[in-house]
Amino acid sequence: MSRRRPGALLGLAGALVAALALLPLAYLLVRAAGADADAWSTVLRPRTLSLVGSTVALVAAVSAAATVLGVALAWLVVRTDLPLRRVVGVAAALPLVIPSYVVALALIAAFGPGGLLGQGTWIFGFPGAWAALTLATYPYVYLLAAAALRRMDPALEEAARGLGRTRGEVFRQVTLPVLRPAVGAGGVLVALYALSDFGVVSLMRFDALTRAIFQQYRSLFDRTPAALLGLVLVVLTALVLVLEARGRGRGRVVRSGAGAARPATATPLGRWRAPAAAFTGGVLLAALVLPVITLVGWALRSATDRPTALELLGWAGNSVLASGAAAAVATLAALPVAALVVRRPGRLTRGLERATFASNALPGIVVALTLVFFATRTVTPLYQTLPLLVFAYVVRFLPQALSGARDALGRVDPELEQAARGLGAGPGRTFRRVTLPLVAPGLLAGATLVFLSTMKELPATLLLRPIGYDTLATEVWSATGTSSYSAAALPALALVVLSAPVVYGLQLRRGERAAAPGG
Amino acid sequence: MSRLISFAVLLTAAALGLTGCGGEEAGAGSDGELTVYSGRAEKLVGPLLERFERESGIKLAVRYGDSAELAATLAEEADASPAEVFFAQDAGALGAVADAGLLAPIPAASRGKVDARWADPEGRWVGTSGRSRVVAYSTERVEGDELPTSIFDFVKPEWKGRIGFPPPNASFQAFVSAMRLAAGDVRTKQWLEGITANEPTLLDNNIQTEEAIAAGEIDVGFVNHYYLGELKAERPGLPVANHFLAKGDPGALVNVAGVGILDRADTADAQRLVDFLLGREAQEYFATKTFEYPLADGVAAPPDVPPLADLQGPTIELGALGDQLRGTLELLDEVGFGT
Repeated sequence: MSRRRPGALLGLAGALVAALALLPLAYLLVRAAGADADAWSTVLRPRTLSLVGSTVALVAAVSAAATVLGVALAWLVVRTDLPLRRVVGVAAALPLVIPSYVVALALIAAFGPGGLLGQGTWIFGFPGAWAALTLATYPYVYLLAAAALRRMDPALEEAARGLGRTRGEVFRQVTLPVLRPAVGAGGVLVALYALSDFGVVSLMRFDALTRAIFQQYRSLFDRTPAALLGLVLVVLTALVLVLEARGRGRGRVVRSGAGAARPATATPLGRWRAPAAAFTGGVLLAALVLPVITLVGWALRSATDRPTALELLGWAGNSVLASGAAAAVATLAALPVAALVVRRPGRLTRGLERATFASNALPGIVVALTLVFFATRTVTPLYQTLPLLVFAYVVRFLPQALSGARDALGRVDPELEQAARGLGAGPGRTFRRVTLPLVAPGLLAGATLVFLSTMKELPATLLLRPIGYDTLATEVWSATGTSSYSAAALPALALVVLSAPVVYGLQLRRGERAAAPGG
Repeated sequence: MSRLISFAVLLTAAALGLTGCGGEEAGAGSDGELTVYSGRAEKLVGPLLERFERESGIKLAVRYGDSAELAATLAEEADASPAEVFFAQDAGALGAVADAGLLAPIPAASRGKVDARWADPEGRWVGTSGRSRVVAYSTERVEGDELPTSIFDFVKPEWKGRIGFPPPNASFQAFVSAMRLAAGDVRTKQWLEGITANEPTLLDNNIQTEEAIAAGEIDVGFVNHYYLGELKAERPGLPVANHFLAKGDPGALVNVAGVGILDRADTADAQRLVDFLLGREAQEYFATKTFEYPLADGVAAPPDVPPLADLQGPTIELGALGDQLRGTLELLDEVGFGT
């Protein structure tokens, strides 16, 4: 085998993935090209500018808050003697399985007018949208930051401490720079989620771009102005990515081999233990307990609408099958792109990577209509079949798989692989024995994110699923559409219950790895 | 790395192959099978469609979704659409699909089962059930006789801070369009500005509006009549009631949910479904299960609402509302209710 071919193949695979991920952008351009004066006048008005302003403000505030929450929780869980840290470690990731509009409904039920804990309407608008989106998205940062902390060589911090740095200085000068790529990747996912979300801003009555896009579909049945507004979202996505890249800087930390082959010693919290526990408890209460209690309350409201266990099982099976396939395919698709970005950094590969983010900030309905448009024109037999639905999920959630893969690959010292090759191992063997074990946790983290996002996904599922392929998410939608919250509660709870072991399994595995002597 | 790629390709193929087993080809056009896109919720119309399957022996494949999104989907699918019948939540979605040239004419015999005002003048769709605009109010904070008989009276100062409605909702927009057609743009704008001066609460949809009344956030809301029935089915004690406005008032507009047959459909089967939806059994179902107005002759209205004959919106054609929409949205934008 020649030495150049692997690189060419890798480039080809990466380009293919990026091209597929760019389909929604191509669709928007097709639609925008047909824009007449009416369509442009709908978009080119002061109103659009104010929508962009409020969207940017919301996205910035949500990203900042989710980053702080995610990093703080990750550090407390992985590096301190926080009480019940194993339980908290799993619970802190669980809000990821709760649809964000359920979080919003729970906040309204608790703090809205006539609510249990609050009065008045202060929750509506920015405060409610900000709180609900932050609580629903901080786990993206938390999961990636916790994974990075667990993989980090504890000797780095110990050396810094030994050299006389205080705990605070060590955190700022050593820990944070090591966490940077993971936190940045998580922050981007949060920002893109906030850009594309419709459910929360609608429930909280906050004016954002996605609301305007839905408005174009819902009342004008016009796809052209919606496409133009969609392009505005793509521009905002590009902005998010550029900002993240600026923040990331040029530094890179690799862990050569096992380093200090043991987990870092837990930092005793001392008198901060009670406040830290209260903080953690407060976050979990708002992000997890409150929504679950709300769902249970709905479930108890009326017994007539309850689905049977058999129905629930069928929907759950469909959800897991589609989400599992999406997670697997997305992870595989992310590998070549991540490998290119990490191993052959340059303008071209960076562009490739950013291309895959293009569709993540678009509302699901845009991605769904993209595939309706292309599939009916090219692969008609696949239209409204499971493979195409899985493909739609991959296009929507590829960045989540990529965030895990890129972060993990970036941490692998290429010299390790070169050493293995020098010792006579082939590329396949090197990958299996050296690279894969090192990147597996990161890949799994990415796959988990895709799995959990897909479990909740709705717009693409509704339009692209095979007819009769009901999932938990479509059942929740179907019930809330007629305001039968009691019928929505059980499938929503099933969604949480089913996704929980996935998160738990992932956390447990990592916990054992970190605890195992010799790493 | 090349092994990695081939490994990845193989696994992807395997995963796709595996998931492919679950896929079923959506058969269209063959006798005894009919593909329906339904913008009406499964929970509401699913049992009715099952009855049709049992009685006709025709197997239905139903895709449930949002009316507007399904309309957009039909437009994107164009000739490749598997859909044969479009069952929509409102006349606007049907009008959009009709204007895209995707609907076949419905025979006059079927359309004749309902009054001409409930069908497309060009015969491309027909209404299957009616819904009236109402003022929903809190029975705790509003006396029934305190409510005016015209929507125009809600600009009076006594309603300051007590009104709520959903500007992004298609039914609300249709009502504003009807007001523009009936009373003119000047008077409509004056009304909207008067309402603005009363500091209304802007909501996103009808359900939210009803919930805001129940929660005490607002006292009255401009909505469709049947949401209250749905909510009360789950929470019978809800302190909200419907107030119907006087005949001829724009606030008394009656709109429809309806059905259209796609161009490429198996016409005989599709025709049977349309006739079923306009038949006595389905019309009674709408009256008793979804709390809507039956449109075909001889079927009684739901018990706790005035009969359809007593309802009279402004004298306008429902089909004309769609053309007004862009102007309506601009007007709403001007007075600060834009979305």
